[in-house]
Amino acid sequence: MLKFITKRLLWMIPSLFAVSFLAFVLIQLPPGDYVTTYIATLAASNEIIDQNTAASLRERFGLGDPMLVQYFKWIWGIATRGDFGISFEWQQPVSGLIWERMALTLVLAIASLLATWAIALPIGVYSAVRKYSIGDYAFTIFSFFGLSVPSFLLALVLMYVAAVEFGQDVGGLFSHEFEAAPWSIAKMLDLLAHLWLPVIILAVSSTASLIRVMRANMLDELPKPYVTTARAKGLSEFRLLTKYPMRIALNPFISTIAWLLPNLISGSVVVAIVLNLPTAAPLLLQSLMAQDMYLAGAFVLLICALTLIGSLISDILLALVDPRIRLE
Amino acid sequence: MSDILPMPARKPLLEVRNLVTEFPLRTGVFRAVNDLSFSIDAGRTLCVVGESGSGKSVTARSILQIVDAPGRIASGSIMLNTADGLSVDLAKLHPRSKAIRAVRGRDIAMIFQEPMSSLSPVHTVGDQITEALRLHMKMTKAEARAEAINLLRQVEIPNPEQAIDRYAFQYSGGMRQRAMIAMALACKPKLLIADEPTTALDVTTQAEILDLIARLQKQTGMAVLFITHDMGVVAQIADDVLVMHHGVAREYGPVEQIFHAPQDDYTKMLIGSVLKLEQKAEIRLARAPLDRTAQPILEVRNLSQHFGSLKALDDVSISLLPGETLGIVGESGSGKTTMGRAIMRLYDPTAGEMLYRKADGGVVDLARIEGAALKEARRELRMVFQDPFGSLNPRMTVAQVIGEPLLVNGIARGKELDDRVSHLMEQVGLDPRGRERYPHAFSGGQRQRIGIARAITLNPRIIVADEATSALDVSVRFQVLDLLMKLQDELGLAYIFISHDIGVIRYMCGRVGVMYRGKIVEVGDADKVCNAPDHPYTQALLSAIPRPDPRDRDRSRRFRYTEPTPVRNGSSAR
Repeated sequence: MLKFITKRLLWMIPSLFAVSFLAFVLIQLPPGDYVTTYIATLAASNEIIDQNTAASLRERFGLGDPMLVQYFKWIWGIATRGDFGISFEWQQPVSGLIWERMALTLVLAIASLLATWAIALPIGVYSAVRKYSIGDYAFTIFSFFGLSVPSFLLALVLMYVAAVEFGQDVGGLFSHEFEAAPWSIAKMLDLLAHLWLPVIILAVSSTASLIRVMRANMLDELPKPYVTTARAKGLSEFRLLTKYPMRIALNPFISTIAWLLPNLISGSVVVAIVLNLPTAAPLLLQSLMAQDMYLAGAFVLLICALTLIGSLISDILLALVDPRIRLE
Repeated sequence: MSDILPMPARKPLLEVRNLVTEFPLRTGVFRAVNDLSFSIDAGRTLCVVGESGSGKSVTARSILQIVDAPGRIASGSIMLNTADGLSVDLAKLHPRSKAIRAVRGRDIAMIFQEPMSSLSPVHTVGDQITEALRLHMKMTKAEARAEAINLLRQVEIPNPEQAIDRYAFQYSGGMRQRAMIAMALACKPKLLIADEPTTALDVTTQAEILDLIARLQKQTGMAVLFITHDMGVVAQIADDVLVMHHGVAREYGPVEQIFHAPQDDYTKMLIGSVLKLEQKAEIRLARAPLDRTAQPILEVRNLSQHFGSLKALDDVSISLLPGETLGIVGESGSGKTTMGRAIMRLYDPTAGEMLYRKADGGVVDLARIEGAALKEARRELRMVFQDPFGSLNPRMTVAQVIGEPLLVNGIARGKELDDRVSHLMEQVGLDPRGRERYPHAFSGGQRQRIGIARAITLNPRIIVADEATSALDVSVRFQVLDLLMKLQDELGLAYIFISHDIGVIRYMCGRVGVMYRGKIVEVGDADKVCNAPDHPYTQALLSAIPRPDPRDRDRSRRFRYTEPTPVRNGSSAR
């Protein structure tokens, strides 16, 4: 097991290099660079920048170097000093920008994940055990509804209802007075008051698909002979369901952790923009559009690292909970 | 003073009266068990015997109210009378009630056919045993664990202290069933229901499990309700026998009477089918003796097939004469299936040659040829598989299944194809009018006929039949075996007939090779090998087969073969 983990960790290093290089190239591929975008933005507000200023800007950002040199400068900074470079657009170190947003992103993602599981797993089990009952049909309708309604639409509708009908302050994760304030109990409570709306919106769509997956997994497990064995032992229906088929039906969920982590950053972009959430996704989108390449590159690198770590974690967890994988 | 009270007649432990179990269908109601009555006394063994679909499993599950949905007990009573004078009608209890749950596992326990899938794959064996102890006996964790180790020792699992923390997949097939038995006996039940507990096991393992159940029954005085389709097993262990067919009892009585004075025609057929396997087929008796001097059609020389470190075939040599039926017999894991597949060249052999003499006299080595030559040879070598359900594509009509080899090889199409398919179906005893139907519309025996028709489509010269009748009920098994022999006479086929069942081999084959751990340990005339074998392994195999006669229950002559020189520590024989 230890050998397996070490091997996987070592393999991550070349993968990360390869992906970071690829990402760097891809970000550079569109014609022009950050300075061109910058000039264009300024031109839109009738400010003209002469060639000399543009050239000196390029000089300052190191954009004049060949791409390979730029890449190696960047990756060298990361590998030796943990320095991800400076964001052109924000004129701040990239790492500071990212970590500031990651904390809130994490809070939101974990909250919506817990909400999803708490709602979806019991419903999925219920739907399987009471297959074709009225309850099953009701939940099925609900889950197909959740699957088919785009989440940004749901976000708009809920925002409207919350703001107009209940006079709630919606959008963002904080009220104005707390936005720049240091952390305090009051700020925490304010966060919780704002968190529920994005959590519901994000949970609805993933809950829907999770219910279907859980229901299908349970339906696969329920007719297995070991369930009958447990029943013949005299276990109560609830105990045997939770101990045997549910335990095995949950295994596929552990695999989903692999794509859960990268989703922290890149998932739910549209909802985050609609709700004006200070999470990572809108920043990623903005940096890509502005060709703010050190910021974008850092994000892509992070997504890639999280993907690799996620799949390693899910493999380790799977081996821990399933003796067939651990021992065979 | 009336001190001469009439002794109250002791009630039987379990008394089933007029039991009806139904499954509601879209088109009506299917009665899986129809007006069934029987009883079991403490310490006795009742065998319920019948073919698939007879309702014997549903009967067993009705007693514990664990019939699969949507089945339910429609009427009748199931009285459980315990020693303390309490009686309870299990049929009246709700399947989810506390009362029935208290009976399950404590008064009545059950073991099942497939020990692997009947145990949870992700819980240790110990966990699953202690569960019942903690539930019914209210033991603490430590007490339950000590008792579970004790139980594992009772069912003769080696190193029970370590085995308790292992998982089902780390056990061999026989060990799994022992663990199941330990689990069932945890709370010292008064009745053990065993639903085909040895069907998935090899005969030598089966014999050991039957012995174990008998010994534990003697120790604890429990009653056993044993469900099986195997009349040999019935003869060996039953006190009473209930013969079921299509949900009704055909005959019910002491084992002696069932075997030696059966009244019912169906019972007679079941017993007859076992006795038939004691000798060779009538068709074969009428045949002219085989020309033993002819050139062999297939000669396997020093064939080896390794999968990693596993030697599935280890230096195997055997030959097949034209028109001969060569049996290959062995237990699971002996390499007999690998042998059949290697001959079909489904693998690339590790070493050795397989010389095939073509119709024109030319000899090719099946182990070497490739491409067109292999394709040509495969036309003349065909295969019939064990599972009549899995080996037919459910989305192809029977005509497509049978006609496919003709179409693929560009031999016939259109009207001609249709005619040939019809003719082939007639040859295997199927009505050609059913050719546009899909396999699910046919019974197991009919499907196996479809498989045979597909095999003979290209006029092959050798057919490899891998456990071709193992999945079939006894009444159908002989029809298929006799069909194979009829086709052999008509088409001049040579068969390689792979089976774990010595009876079928004796009935069907002229010569037989016995396989053990990838090697052929004995080859000879079927009469000799199946009745008076030379090799100790074959002798052990024969000794383990349950004799279909309740008067012949001598267990002492049974023994297990152990290899004389311990070879390298390979995987356990499963």
